Amino acid sequence: MLLTDAFQNGESLRRYCLENDIPIYEAMIRREEKQSELPREQILAEMKKNLDVMRDSVRKGLTEKVESVSGLSGGEAMRLFKYGKHNPFSGYTACRAAASAMAVVEVNASMGRIVAAPTAGASGILAGALIESGRQRGWSDETLVEGLFTAGAIGLIFAKNATISGAGGGCQAETGVAASMTAAALVEISGGAPVQALDAAAMAMKNVMGLICDPVAGLVECPCIKRNALGAVNAMLCADMALSGVTSLIPFDEVVAAMYAVGKDIRPEYRETARGGLATTPTGKAVAQRVRRMQGE
Amino acid sequence: MEDFSVFDIIGPRMTGPSSSHTAGAVRLAHIARHIAGLDVAQAEFTLYGSFAETDRGHGTDKALVAGVLGMEPDDARIKDAFAVAREQGVAVSVEFSDEPPKHPNTARIVITGSGGQITEVVGESVGGGNIRISEINGLEVEFSGDYPTLIIQHNDQPGVIAEVSHVLAQLGVNIAFMRVFRHGKGEDAYMTIETDQPVTPEMLEMIKRLCDGINKLFAV
Repeated sequence: MLLTDAFQNGESLRRYCLENDIPIYEAMIRREEKQSELPREQILAEMKKNLDVMRDSVRKGLTEKVESVSGLSGGEAMRLFKYGKHNPFSGYTACRAAASAMAVVEVNASMGRIVAAPTAGASGILAGALIESGRQRGWSDETLVEGLFTAGAIGLIFAKNATISGAGGGCQAETGVAASMTAAALVEISGGAPVQALDAAAMAMKNVMGLICDPVAGLVECPCIKRNALGAVNAMLCADMALSGVTSLIPFDEVVAAMYAVGKDIRPEYRETARGGLATTPTGKAVAQRVRRMQGE
Repeated sequence: MEDFSVFDIIGPRMTGPSSSHTAGAVRLAHIARHIAGLDVAQAEFTLYGSFAETDRGHGTDKALVAGVLGMEPDDARIKDAFAVAREQGVAVSVEFSDEPPKHPNTARIVITGSGGQITEVVGESVGGGNIRISEINGLEVEFSGDYPTLIIQHNDQPGVIAEVSHVLAQLGVNIAFMRVFRHGKGEDAYMTIETDQPVTPEMLEMIKRLCDGINKLFAV
């Protein structure tokens, strides 16, 4: 199979990796080399810059006082992180990854620097789960960068065959895709085969399929920050399932197609317009009004 | 968007919170600054549609000011853009309009240069940090800023387009997209040329020297 055909869907990617005996991240790097006509070192260095900004955004949200421009969010990541030291129900690792994911989105809401992955609203999931897992397991930067390419490959297939915007397909298209990307990255870094990475990605999406995008006051804060916490844990759980040998009955590509069909069926009220769901609850509406009043000041 | 790069998925590195309302706004104003020839003494912004509705929460006003000052979407100073403008002596103002725009995220940017010359740019943030410039000085145009873009204000006369494309060919610059717009027959006209290779200041100088009928040109 030609490299140019490898990224048509999950199945073509799996076959390309199998024929060439390479992991998904290697296929992704080769495609980027070919498409950008840049040397491999430069492509890896560019991704390393993304890793550095991701790590910095996690650190900032967990250790510094951040507050969003609207005043609606900030400081909760730090609270969960501290609590996580004392035997949390979700477990030490998951709790810290969830806090790290929240940290990134809180930093985002405070006009801090983040890496969209695939979007700003879902930027905490990959950064939180990957960096926290890497910290605990001693993964090198090189390994983490490879994981980012694996994640990128999964996101790319969603972008190509479905959508990665909340306006296009609801929250499933943002935090769902981010969890899929992250699950695949964790599997590959842990030595799982491409087929296991695709299964992990499929399962993570299945878990949140149909999730709507209903941001209060139209801001990337509530419920986005906590859905990033869930996304990080969803990704880790699905990575564990795939690595244990659990498989997805519905193949990855069919999950992508189903997610896209569902996304198109989600009414516009529930696609980033802030006209439904949590955004139009009595409290959601009151908050929106308060934020609008700030506008006039 | 068939030709996604991995960096469209893992990236861009940006100052939050919104790729369309913050990062896109920075890019819009950044391009307007280039169209004004990097000479910005004063900038007035009018926000329409969803840009106006969530402006404060998404920092769209700060993002626009940052862009017009030359900051990139990942600049850490975006949140302090108003203070930076004061330091640099650039007067800025932001207004909100109830007028329904063609696209939900639209901004009108009016830049006054140090010599009093006025540049007016209208642009839209179309999602994921992507933008579209739709109007320059009252003339409808269309380009995305995804490619190096050459904007040429020229006389509406035969041969100008041929000469420009000839010089670009000589310079080894490949044209990806090209559009021509004019007020009316024989009046002021614009061409926007999106290229695969960057157009350097030296190349701009050469195009201006070698081609007849060009009034102004800039690259973004």
